[in-house]
Amino acid sequence: MQNVYLTIVLAPLFGAIIAGLFGHFISRRAAHTVTIAGVAVSAIFSLYVFKHIVLDGAEPYNGTVYTWMVSDGIRFEVGFLIDSLSAMMMAVVTFVSLMVHIYTIGYMHDDPGYKRFFSYISLFTFSMLMLVMSNNFMQLFFGWEAVGLVSYLLIGFWYKRPTAIFANLKAFLVNRVGDFGFLLGIAAVLMYFNSLDYADVFAAAPMMADMTIEVIPGIEWSLMTVICILLFIGAMGKSAQVPLHVWLPDSMEGPTPISALIHAATMVTAGIFMVARMSPLYELSTTALGVVLVIGAITALFMGILGIIQNDIKRVVAYSTLSQLGYMTVALGASAYAAGVFHLMTHAFFKALLFLAAGSVIIGMHHEQDIRKMGGIKKYMPITYWTMLIGSLALIGFPGFAGFFSKDAIIEAVHLSHTPGAGFAYFAVLIGVFITAFYSFRMFFLVFHGEERMDAHTREHLHESPWVVTGPLIALAVPSVFAGAIFIGPMLFGDFFEGAIFVSPERDVLGHLGEHFHGWFSFVLHGLTGPAFYLAAAGVGSAWYLYLKRPDIPAVIKERSGVLYTILEHKYGFDDFNEKVIAAGSRGLGRLLWQVGDVKLIDGFIVNGAARSVGWFSGVIRYLQTGFLYHYAFAMFLGLFVLIAIFVF
Amino acid sequence: MSSELPLLSLVVWTPIIGGLLVLAIGSGKHVLEARVVSLLVALLTFAISIPLYVQFDPTSFQMQFVELHPWIERFNIHYHLGVDGISMPLILLTTFTTVLVVLAGWEVIQYKPAQYMAAFLIMEGLMNGVFAALDAMLFYVFWEALLIPMFVVIGIWGGPRRVYATIKFFLYTFLGSVFMLVSLIYMYFQADSFAILDFHTLKLGLTAQILIFIAFLLAFAVKVPMWPVHTWLPDAHVEAPTGGSVILAAIMLKLGAYGFLRFSLPITPDASRELDWLMIALSLIAVVYIGFVALVQKDMKKLVAYSSISHMGFVTLGFFIAFTIFENTGSWKGAAMGIEGGIVQMISHGFISGAMFLSIGVLYDRVHSREIAAYGGVTNTMPTFAAFAVLFAMANAGLPGTSGFVGEFMVILSAFKANFWFAFFAALTLIIGAAYTLWMVKRVFFGEVANDNVAKLKDINAREFIILGTLAVAVLFFGIYPAPLLDVMGVSVQHLLEHIAQSKL
Repeated sequence: MQNVYLTIVLAPLFGAIIAGLFGHFISRRAAHTVTIAGVAVSAIFSLYVFKHIVLDGAEPYNGTVYTWMVSDGIRFEVGFLIDSLSAMMMAVVTFVSLMVHIYTIGYMHDDPGYKRFFSYISLFTFSMLMLVMSNNFMQLFFGWEAVGLVSYLLIGFWYKRPTAIFANLKAFLVNRVGDFGFLLGIAAVLMYFNSLDYADVFAAAPMMADMTIEVIPGIEWSLMTVICILLFIGAMGKSAQVPLHVWLPDSMEGPTPISALIHAATMVTAGIFMVARMSPLYELSTTALGVVLVIGAITALFMGILGIIQNDIKRVVAYSTLSQLGYMTVALGASAYAAGVFHLMTHAFFKALLFLAAGSVIIGMHHEQDIRKMGGIKKYMPITYWTMLIGSLALIGFPGFAGFFSKDAIIEAVHLSHTPGAGFAYFAVLIGVFITAFYSFRMFFLVFHGEERMDAHTREHLHESPWVVTGPLIALAVPSVFAGAIFIGPMLFGDFFEGAIFVSPERDVLGHLGEHFHGWFSFVLHGLTGPAFYLAAAGVGSAWYLYLKRPDIPAVIKERSGVLYTILEHKYGFDDFNEKVIAAGSRGLGRLLWQVGDVKLIDGFIVNGAARSVGWFSGVIRYLQTGFLYHYAFAMFLGLFVLIAIFVF
Repeated sequence: MSSELPLLSLVVWTPIIGGLLVLAIGSGKHVLEARVVSLLVALLTFAISIPLYVQFDPTSFQMQFVELHPWIERFNIHYHLGVDGISMPLILLTTFTTVLVVLAGWEVIQYKPAQYMAAFLIMEGLMNGVFAALDAMLFYVFWEALLIPMFVVIGIWGGPRRVYATIKFFLYTFLGSVFMLVSLIYMYFQADSFAILDFHTLKLGLTAQILIFIAFLLAFAVKVPMWPVHTWLPDAHVEAPTGGSVILAAIMLKLGAYGFLRFSLPITPDASRELDWLMIALSLIAVVYIGFVALVQKDMKKLVAYSSISHMGFVTLGFFIAFTIFENTGSWKGAAMGIEGGIVQMISHGFISGAMFLSIGVLYDRVHSREIAAYGGVTNTMPTFAAFAVLFAMANAGLPGTSGFVGEFMVILSAFKANFWFAFFAALTLIIGAAYTLWMVKRVFFGEVANDNVAKLKDINAREFIILGTLAVAVLFFGIYPAPLLDVMGVSVQHLLEHIAQSKL
């Protein structure tokens, strides 16, 4: 099987290299053919692996490809761990990637960077696969940073736009803050486990559960808490959790296909995947789980609220992504890892769908992204309309749609959880349901219903997108409806993740939930009686009332909410703080150290000062060498006199 | 595994004699001939150095390819050459880099091109001599002789403030080395030998060790350079021609770091243990303080110069955390990773800083400005070049998959074992390094075409493509597969570590 795994990873890399390095020599058609073929091979083989591991129940594969290096007796290896968790991720990543590749043919049709774009997204697929298939922390970090690199390249794809190149630098640096913690976490793992292999580390972890270390002298912290929180800082960067979320909304400067692929479906879920992968470690630290839970809850609620006031179609979806990532993180914190990963999967489908549908609208609107200038598009773009409706219903957790199962499972799991912060998290995710429904359908109604607010020229040219665009929409709509009902049984309450995800019995909220689980249909019926359903319905209803029935009210609310609106408009001030305090502060510190430390003190005072004092000293000494013979004779006599005096007395 | 041929002598003397030859034929009209001969000499030297790797026995810590002949018998000074797993890769780095430097100066240097090439060839031989010397006097001669061609290169082909820069460079480094000479002579009287390996086993009291350590520190810290004796480097880089900057950053800085491994640690292990806090503090200051300074530079060369200082902080950090690891964990495990990480960082920084300076050279040759503000949107006119530049920038920021990651990764892993906060401050480079490098990339390469100069830019030619492409391959190769590098140094580093674990008191 190793060759299959290698092919899955290398096929997209091959495509990326051909389209990227040899782009000059091949046509646009060849570029997209080779990359799509690569990803298609990957996707087919991934499905085969999914069948092999999950359906046929084959033993997980854990093997080395090559030894990266040996240092100090520790082998750093590149290798694969293929179990149900990675098999599922591989299937999701390659499927969504394939859809995005096809969609790109239509979306980027007129772009001069066409081949470069295909090269990047194939490179991304390679990197993401390296990340999810890794069997050790080193390779995980490689994939982790490699997807960050491709994200950087793609956000800045239109490198002439000032906003795009601002956003990609910001994204990379904010991610680096996360990676900083992540790397320290990896260093801690190596120090205490003497290995970076998952298998070794997870096997030894229970023995380390009671170990404490002193990071600050005098204060004892549990080793597991320190490791898990450091690793989670990495997840906060990549999965855009507060306060490291600031890069994700700006990343919308990139072309829409990558917003779907990277900044919604796959890369941003790497943090979720990582924590689920590390469940044997996280289960040993209640404190760390509490931190994860609270951070996730804050993100789920407060980022959702920001979605309400956005007017850019992509930014609405971006904030909803932030909020949904918060939901996944909440699930992790509640030890319902399977629910988090399950939501990751359904979210990958419906969020990719929403982004691609938004992209379809953007093409139709000639790259207009402001939803206030849309309206009534339904009749011009029927396929986009219906697929977007499916995506939105899945997002708000409408009973029966994919998102319903995963989101309800998270809410129920948090309800049962006793992890510190669970009460707040339960409140946050419930309110979040209302907010999600509200902003999703606010956007939906503003875009597709109501009066047509676009200019006449745009309206004339408004038509449905070509099949390369609508095809992927339909293909993604299918799992957005059905994936939930199909997988909820095995994934959450069956043995799908047996051996891949570890939950300690006293925190096994999903096991608890499973006792009352009697198939997906009864889960739907049960959902109809829960608060989440009413909140979602209320959200849709309010959106309908405010934006279709009485469109005059929102303006009044906006006017009357004063300070609150200002806070939301400034996104709680995170960006201002980062720019005015952190970025400006760093530059100020740099200037201070340079001008005062290097230029004034070291060079000015010590180096050139030393040179000046040598000059001054020699200037003084020079007076001794007057060139007059009688001066020298006088000095000689004086010296002789002194010496004789010493000698005599 | 010794070869029939005196390989080390060949890598030392081939370029020196070749350089003299180039000087001889290059005066007057034979400019092309001088260039071709220079390239051939550089290629030949590189070819000669390859068997050093191939025939090297990585299972032995002994010096290999040893050549020993009496030189000045009255003072027991020998012509004594040999390499172990620490010095051998550095010789290969030198011979490799020189080929690129000769190519880089090909048509760019119009003023006295033969002399320019000759200076670099002679420098190459002398640097190889420093890395291969096993006799302290021989080492010292090569070490000091090296100053002359570099002094000449900056002084003749340098920028407008070249006189200030050369004097500063010369005085700084010369002043540092004088103290080294004194301590070498002191040890000669103790050991009655100038053999470095005899110094390793020489019994020395703590006071003597500390004085010797400080003397060495002055010599090596200036070369590395460590904070606060680093301010000559940005000036030297700014004034030096591209080739000078490349050699300076890629090889010359490594001489100081190499000195710590060959002299300070093994000769004065107890002093190293006593003063390791100082070394660690200075290293971390280099990483963090200098990182912030790099952030606000307006001159690309200065920025990369500061970035070099910051990266070299990882080298010295990796070398000197061994003792703290032992104190903290009660075992030397993890210390070797720090030292090896430091060496990997030296090699990798050779590629990356060389590539960065060559890239700046590409722009400077066209626009004659090093100011970041003079550029903007270079990608529009030089897309191939921009791709290289982004790759090297990412390597400079330590992206996994490039060689820049390997050394920093190893040092951070190792530093964590010594003390959480060492690793914490060292890892800040992940953020700061990315910030200064990518911010520069953003301002130079991205955006709309900023001015007419940028609009008129021509993308890199075949010669430049070959130079940057070769470096790109090296950077990627050692990022994806660093094992060949680690394999040759493992035993030597282990031996060094066993040696310094033994107190001399």
